[in-house]
Amino acid sequence: MNTGVSPRAQAEMYAQVVSTPVAATFGPMSARRLLIFGGIALIAGGMLFGDIFAVFVLHQNGAQTGQALLAASQTASAGNSLAVKENFQNVGALLEDHGTKVDAHVHMTDAGYLALLLALVQPYVALPQKRRKLLAGLFVLAGLLLPVGIFLIHYVGLAYSPFAAIGWASVLADSAGALLIVVLVVEGYGLWRFLHNGVRGEEFELPIERTWERRTLMAGGVTLILLGFLYGAWYAGVDLYRHEARETQILKSMLDAAGHGQGGTVVEVASYGSLAAEKAVKIAAHSHVIEFGLLAMLLSFVQPYVYLSDRWKRRWIVVLLAGSFILPVFVLLEMNFGLVAGGVADVGGLLIIAALVGMLVGVLRYTGRLDASGATQ
Amino acid sequence: MSTARIILLVGGITLAALGMLYGLHYAIFVEHQTLDRMGGSLAQAFVHASERNLPAAHGAVDVYASTKYDYVRQVDIHSHWIGLAMVLIVLGVGFDQVGFSQRYRIWIAVALLAGSFIFPLGVILQTVQHGAVFGSVLAIVGSAAVTVSLAAVAWGVWR
Repeated sequence: MNTGVSPRAQAEMYAQVVSTPVAATFGPMSARRLLIFGGIALIAGGMLFGDIFAVFVLHQNGAQTGQALLAASQTASAGNSLAVKENFQNVGALLEDHGTKVDAHVHMTDAGYLALLLALVQPYVALPQKRRKLLAGLFVLAGLLLPVGIFLIHYVGLAYSPFAAIGWASVLADSAGALLIVVLVVEGYGLWRFLHNGVRGEEFELPIERTWERRTLMAGGVTLILLGFLYGAWYAGVDLYRHEARETQILKSMLDAAGHGQGGTVVEVASYGSLAAEKAVKIAAHSHVIEFGLLAMLLSFVQPYVYLSDRWKRRWIVVLLAGSFILPVFVLLEMNFGLVAGGVADVGGLLIIAALVGMLVGVLRYTGRLDASGATQ
Repeated sequence: MSTARIILLVGGITLAALGMLYGLHYAIFVEHQTLDRMGGSLAQAFVHASERNLPAAHGAVDVYASTKYDYVRQVDIHSHWIGLAMVLIVLGVGFDQVGFSQRYRIWIAVALLAGSFIFPLGVILQTVQHGAVFGSVLAIVGSAAVTVSLAAVAWGVWR
């Protein structure tokens, strides 16, 4: 078959794949391999869910919550305290809908980060290979079940539950969370054995490289975290106390209008909604830029396993870093430019997902070539 | 393993464990009560308004604001300790690639670890007495240490 690649290039590619130091660190279905696949897939899945949530749920839910608060304010104005309580129950249900979806997104991506982190520390986990593989499988499974359980809490509620306040979805989420903790405790025990007794794990250390890919992702990641940190400090110093004072002031004005049976609460509710949106985008920008920085740093260690041409490896890195910058910046600009900025932020999220999938394909290709060559046998 | 890497890895794992233990304690003993007080005081404020009792409504809003002030900072310390711990661990894995001498790397690692511990501690101390200066100073010093160290790491990795 003519692949269009010169024999010399093919030989170089083959040599790159089977170079023993790197190949030895990526054994077939080893704990590290499972954690890297599972980690990248969980992060990509969590990001995709976050993007879908941002487009189809977030703004609609915010509008409904504002309407429920307005209704509570109007019933208070009419002197109907029973209806006020009912309205607040409605607000609570909407907040649960919003909160469980945000939590599902956060927990899925964070489980992915932890999986990649565990993949990095495998050489220092002094446990038998078989046990580490089992732990890795359990971690990825629990990392998937936890967000699924959280997502279902709002829909399953207390249906068929034998408990007074906990539904089956919560049971699933809590069980998965407990499983994650158990895995982390056992991994921690393996680390303690390494540090205390000097017993090494059976996994090889990652090769030390100073390639363009690793340096760019590491330096880019640290820079993103630094930017997030500086912005967080700015938010804490300039906005946090001002927002807290403004919220109290708006609520008191709303109650004054309602208590005097006057109109005008529409304006106050709108101000409250605007303040909530401002807080949400600023906190989201801060947390997302730091998380993407961490992701870039984690992915820098995975680069030796991404079997793509240098040009494509670099393209995905640039796409990832560009998306990591675009998303938080345009989330922040949503207050000024509305849905247009929101749309650009979503595109930033899609860029990150595309880069993650591209790298995952590279790792899969590496795995296929490696196993076919028998370099890890 | 180099000293700087040990500082970051052991310090990061310890900080993560501390953050998780704090979170577990908070979730079991504090969070539900805090959320109940927060939601209850806000609903109560509107009920008082419907009864035309505005002083009581304002009082309930003040309780809500004070509880939320604590809640935001209590959740922040948990997430910041764990988040910073993850950064320390990841840096610990690849810290030998930071292009500085061993001595400088140790100083950067110590500053990162100290800042990562002190900064959220300062935030939580703000809840002991609202508006207390000591907590704010600790938070500023801690975050400055982390910021300067991270800038040094970014430069060291790239050069």
